Amino acid sequence: MAGVLVFAEVKDGKLKRASREALSIGRKLAAAAGGDLAAFATDRAAAADAGLYGAKKVYVAAVGPYATETYAAAVQQAISQMQPSIFLLGGTSNGRDLAPRIAARLNVGVASDVDRLEWIDGKLRARRPVYSGKAFATVDVGGNPAIATTRPNAFPPEESGDGAAEVVDITVPQIQAKAKLLETRTPEAGELTIAEADIIVSGGRGLKEAANFSLIRDLAHAIGGAVGASRATVDAGWIDHQHQVGQTGRVVSPNLYIAAGVSGAIQHLAGMSSSKHIVAINKDPEAPIFRVADLGVVGDLFQIVPALTEEVKNAKAH
Amino acid sequence: MNSVVCIAQVPDTEARIKIAAGGRRIDEAGLKFIVSPYDEFALEEAIRVKEAKGGDVTVISFGPDRAQQALRECLARGATQALHIKGEVADADSLGIAKVLAAAIKSTPHDLVFFGKQGVGTDNSLVGPMVAELLGYPQVNVVTHLEVGDGKATAHREIEGAEEIIEAALPAVITAQKGLNEPRYASLKGIMAAKKITIETKSVADLGLQDSDIFNQRVTTVAIELPPEKKGGRKIDGADPAAAAKEILKYIREEAKVL
Ligand SMILES: Cc1cc2nc3c(=O)[nH]c(=O)nc-3n(C[C@H](O)[C@H](O)[C@H](O)COP(=O)(O)OP(=O)(O)OC[C@H]3O[C@@H](n4cnc5c(N)ncnc54)[C@H](O)[C@@H]3O)c2cc1C
Ligand SMILES: Cc1cc2nc3c(=O)[nH]c(=O)nc-3n(C[C@H](O)[C@H](O)[C@H](O)COP(=O)(O)OP(=O)(O)OC[C@H]3O[C@@H](n4cnc5c(N)ncnc54)[C@H](O)[C@@H]3O)c2cc1C
Repeated sequence: MAGVLVFAEVKDGKLKRASREALSIGRKLAAAAGGDLAAFATDRAAAADAGLYGAKKVYVAAVGPYATETYAAAVQQAISQMQPSIFLLGGTSNGRDLAPRIAARLNVGVASDVDRLEWIDGKLRARRPVYSGKAFATVDVGGNPAIATTRPNAFPPEESGDGAAEVVDITVPQIQAKAKLLETRTPEAGELTIAEADIIVSGGRGLKEAANFSLIRDLAHAIGGAVGASRATVDAGWIDHQHQVGQTGRVVSPNLYIAAGVSGAIQHLAGMSSSKHIVAINKDPEAPIFRVADLGVVGDLFQIVPALTEEVKNAKAH
Repeated sequence: MNSVVCIAQVPDTEARIKIAAGGRRIDEAGLKFIVSPYDEFALEEAIRVKEAKGGDVTVISFGPDRAQQALRECLARGATQALHIKGEVADADSLGIAKVLAAAIKSTPHDLVFFGKQGVGTDNSLVGPMVAELLGYPQVNVVTHLEVGDGKATAHREIEGAEEIIEAALPAVITAQKGLNEPRYASLKGIMAAKKITIETKSVADLGLQDSDIFNQRVTTVAIELPPEKKGGRKIDGADPAAAAKEILKYIREEAKVL
């Protein structure tokens, strides 16, 4: 047992950011635990990219688009060939779908959505935010391999300066899958999703009506960010649930989170308080959002947001 | 069409979390417990399937005595049977919990097995797919729409920026996302009817499992800590929108270092 295997997901011919993050922390863990960093992919295109992040080998199974049972069989094959001591997955929809399936198959431990990983005394130690960010749990994950899914944006992607990884084709035994993908629907094509966005601009009930979300969209568009929303606006039907940030929406931790007209209810904070930089615009100086904001602006979003959009556009033009 | 719904009982989301002596558990004294919010969507969907096609809805919870209360609440909303697996769930990792549930599900008639997409609080999102693996069933995670047909179900799975439509052979595991339905409240009639149903109770040993495979295995909690107090940020007056916008831009460029 040695080394670290990372589930490398490819989208549009490129390695997903979540996978690059997992590879980056994986490389550090491999250095501490001994052994090489390797990746599992279903696309040969991953080999060059994964190499950039320090993977020496890429186990490639040509099994097509994501399907739980097929991918589980393929990953199992890669794990039995490589015998890694750690298996990491980026905390994407697919990563989080697959990790528990593999853990149950191999009778090993798994920690989800971790924001810190260390190799201590021959064990994988993970830290994870729990209770809506009101606490952090540190857990030791046992098993061969120990499994973790990484929280988006928690581990900065760092290139290692290495070249392309060696491709090892693996053959996967035919399985009779009991579930099949009929169709993928993309409702708002082209829009950046909040899950992996580096910048998020969120709107709340302070927007007053659905049409005013255009203010948020304009700013998000200008700054190159994704559109987020509070649950109140989603429940009111102003915007799709995909955009909801919070306990019953998505938990995000972008580099920059701008909230306008969001009060900052505990369930909303649960989804964004670990963002690196938080700007809040709210007309109520007592709004709880100000407790987590690095920069709080007490004022009218209808005036400040468009002014900021103009400033950003100007700054970009120069 | 029979359904099983697995119910996690979790601390109220509004609750203040305190760390117990020893630093490895939360202090449960005075803590209010609720049915995990996503499990409410799971339960509601199972009740709707029952209303459309007949059959039973069995709720199962693994936990200490207080889990009975969560089960009672589910019966009041329309579950028809309840099974309480008694045990110190706090000493089990997700796979330990999944092994217990899988064993219990095996001896309960079922075509569909519902979970929440995550147990609110510890937020692992692990137990449902683990049970699917242990039982050899297909899984559809983070489901926002479900249609149940003959021997199969079609489910909409939420992924980043898109939605997958997946057909799964029954029996199948479904984990519920918000939006799947609008959960009902318990009616007075439901509350009265629930009182007449006996909650079956079993131990881990009754299920033929060894404690040594369930408790203190694989994942162990080393510490639970409160986050450092976030230093109060800067607050500025936005009465002059143009000046405020300039100030924000400066912050974005110089501190967040974007643009
Ligand atoms: C179990 C549970 C789960 C939940 N999950 C979530 C979740 O995932 N995400 C979530 O967001 N919520 C969630 N909630 C709901 C949460 O409790 C709040 O109700 C919700 O976040 C409020 O949304 P809001 O901030 O948009 O609205 P409000 O609380 O109504 O706040 C609107 C804000 O806009 C400000 N405002 C008004 N006009 C202006 C103006 N012109 N300029 C500037 N500011 C203005 C007001 O001062 C106010 O602070 C959950 C609740 C429960 C019980
Ligand atoms: C702070 C802390 C951190 C932890 N971290 C980890 C970890 O990283 N890895 C790990 O393996 N264990 C961990 N544990 C152990 C922990 O006991 C279980 O993981 C946890 O109880 C599973 O609950 P969950 O709600 O997070 O599971 P999830 O997998 O998020 O739950 C999904 C669904 O499974 C069902 N379900 C879950 N629990 C039960 C139950 N007891 N009875 C019936 N149905 C249930 C519900 O339908 C629920 O909606 C941790 C415990 C604590 C206290």
